[in-house]
Amino acid sequence: MSVLPATRLYEGTRIPSPCPTILVVDPAKHRLEDILTVNFGPNHPSTHGVLRLIVDLDGERVAGISAVIGYLHTGFEKTMEQKTWWKAITYPERIDYLSFQSNELVFVLAIEKLLALETPEKETWMRMCLAELNRIHSHLVWLGTSALEIGAISMFWYAFRERDMILDLFEMVTGVRMHTRYFQAGGLAEDIPEGFYAGARAAAKRMPHAVDEYESLLDRNKIWLERTKGIGPLSADDAIALGQTGPMLRASGVDWDLRKVSPYLAYDEVEFDVPTYTEGDVYARYKVHMDEMRQSARIVTQCVERLEELRGKAWIADDRKVVLPPREELHTSMESLIHHFKLVTEGYRVPEGEVYVAIESARGEQGCYVVSDGGTKPWRVHFRAPSFAALQATATCIQDTAIADMVAVAASLDPVMGDVDR
Amino acid sequence: MSAANGSYARVPGLVATTGDRGETTLVVDPARVAEACLHLRDVERFNMLVDVTATDYLGWGREGVAGYMGTADGRDINGVPGTWTSSQGHQLVPDPKPKRFAVSWHLLRVADDPARVRLQAWLDEGDDVVSVVGVWPSADWYEREVFDMFGIRFAGHPNLVRILMPDDWEGHPLRKDFPIGGEPVRFSGEA
Repeated sequence: MSVLPATRLYEGTRIPSPCPTILVVDPAKHRLEDILTVNFGPNHPSTHGVLRLIVDLDGERVAGISAVIGYLHTGFEKTMEQKTWWKAITYPERIDYLSFQSNELVFVLAIEKLLALETPEKETWMRMCLAELNRIHSHLVWLGTSALEIGAISMFWYAFRERDMILDLFEMVTGVRMHTRYFQAGGLAEDIPEGFYAGARAAAKRMPHAVDEYESLLDRNKIWLERTKGIGPLSADDAIALGQTGPMLRASGVDWDLRKVSPYLAYDEVEFDVPTYTEGDVYARYKVHMDEMRQSARIVTQCVERLEELRGKAWIADDRKVVLPPREELHTSMESLIHHFKLVTEGYRVPEGEVYVAIESARGEQGCYVVSDGGTKPWRVHFRAPSFAALQATATCIQDTAIADMVAVAASLDPVMGDVDR
Repeated sequence: MSAANGSYARVPGLVATTGDRGETTLVVDPARVAEACLHLRDVERFNMLVDVTATDYLGWGREGVAGYMGTADGRDINGVPGTWTSSQGHQLVPDPKPKRFAVSWHLLRVADDPARVRLQAWLDEGDDVVSVVGVWPSADWYEREVFDMFGIRFAGHPNLVRILMPDDWEGHPLRKDFPIGGEPVRFSGEA
């Protein structure tokens, strides 16, 4: 077995070597007897879950760091192998509990790709509308908690005020505020309630003003600026080498958004811009998040306009081998009753094959790799979690920062520990 | 995004190329993964490794596995196995796999001409495969996860230890022979 030599990638990289995720204290730069090793987490309010960082400090400076994960590992991928396809749809949402609809969407898209299922137009636009509302929701939680950790406590209340407005919409459509399980292979679980159109329109109208409000609180706040500007930098080359996607990559100056690069759903039919900043620091990541909320609101408005035109149209594919028959038919049609029974007990069969579907979730490329053996349960499901990739950049971003800034940098990576550990 | 962008005929150790559902899979000789990866990074310009994962095909196509309801010859309705068209999708025995494990590297070209490709190598139990941390640093945790979940070792990895499961865990949970509810239950059945 030939082994690749551990080499420096290119000149100027800040990625530690030989292990890219572990920064070892450099004896040439630090006196080893001055190093104090501190354990941070796993239970700490600013770890966004249960993340453990082992930090070697030289005074207040971080000289060495390594991240320990796995505390939230729940074996989602193993569990999903035991469930029929339609039951397994419940699980992905619980993986990333802030952008639940993206996870649900990517799994459903993977099933539909294997089934080669045509879906109605209304479903495409509703999925897009909810995915964007979910992006705003996820960014709001990110903004509120990240600002809270740097001491801007009031941001938390403002961000959660708007978040509640979006959760109310989810509740109206799906009956629950989080983990909605609203997407099905073939379409939606139910038709869109009449009140949603006005509610979503109002939310989309409110958001740009709300974002202006947040920025007016933060953009001229000297403490916020000093704690974010120039902190935790990541160059474009390092970001690509470390597999960063989403706001992390765009804050480092790479204009890359799967909604533009390989449009899925109907993203090629809506107008929106991809915000890009070049600094690659915490401040740039904050700005990307803010601009993305404005852009998402733009998309939501366009989706609602389109959905209003599609009132009364089908919201699920008419494929009785995959989709449950309408409830009222069960009383009159023997065939529908048989279909219902077979679909609920045995589940639908998905043709043999392997697919990798990727979408742009709130925190980057959310990928889903699915293998089917032609049976009623997935043979293998794997989620490419953007948070898992983001945490691989901890050592690169946090090196040489002050211990107090470590929290700001870790928060800016936007990790959802459920997504990291799955 | 074009999946079949360019021809990959010059990838070292290439065994087969498949294009299924718009996705390109390059199957390579497991002994030449390092060369193939360097070629794909430097010549084909796949600058990002988005994911490394594996699949255990133990028991693939056997009766009663993963919801598979047929027999080894498919469901024999009209006496001619393989020709009966099912009303519930595909019910025939899936194509056999060459070895137990498939390791897949999902590559992405972040550039003006974006492309995706899946590199795949087949391994038997106990086989090693080379670590590509030196090619793409993002391989670090992905390879640790595959090792943790499947027990596949990546030769040359700088820190190949468990990542999601506890350090003292026994077995590799995503293997098909790892039992559900496999944790020993204390006192159960004890006299």
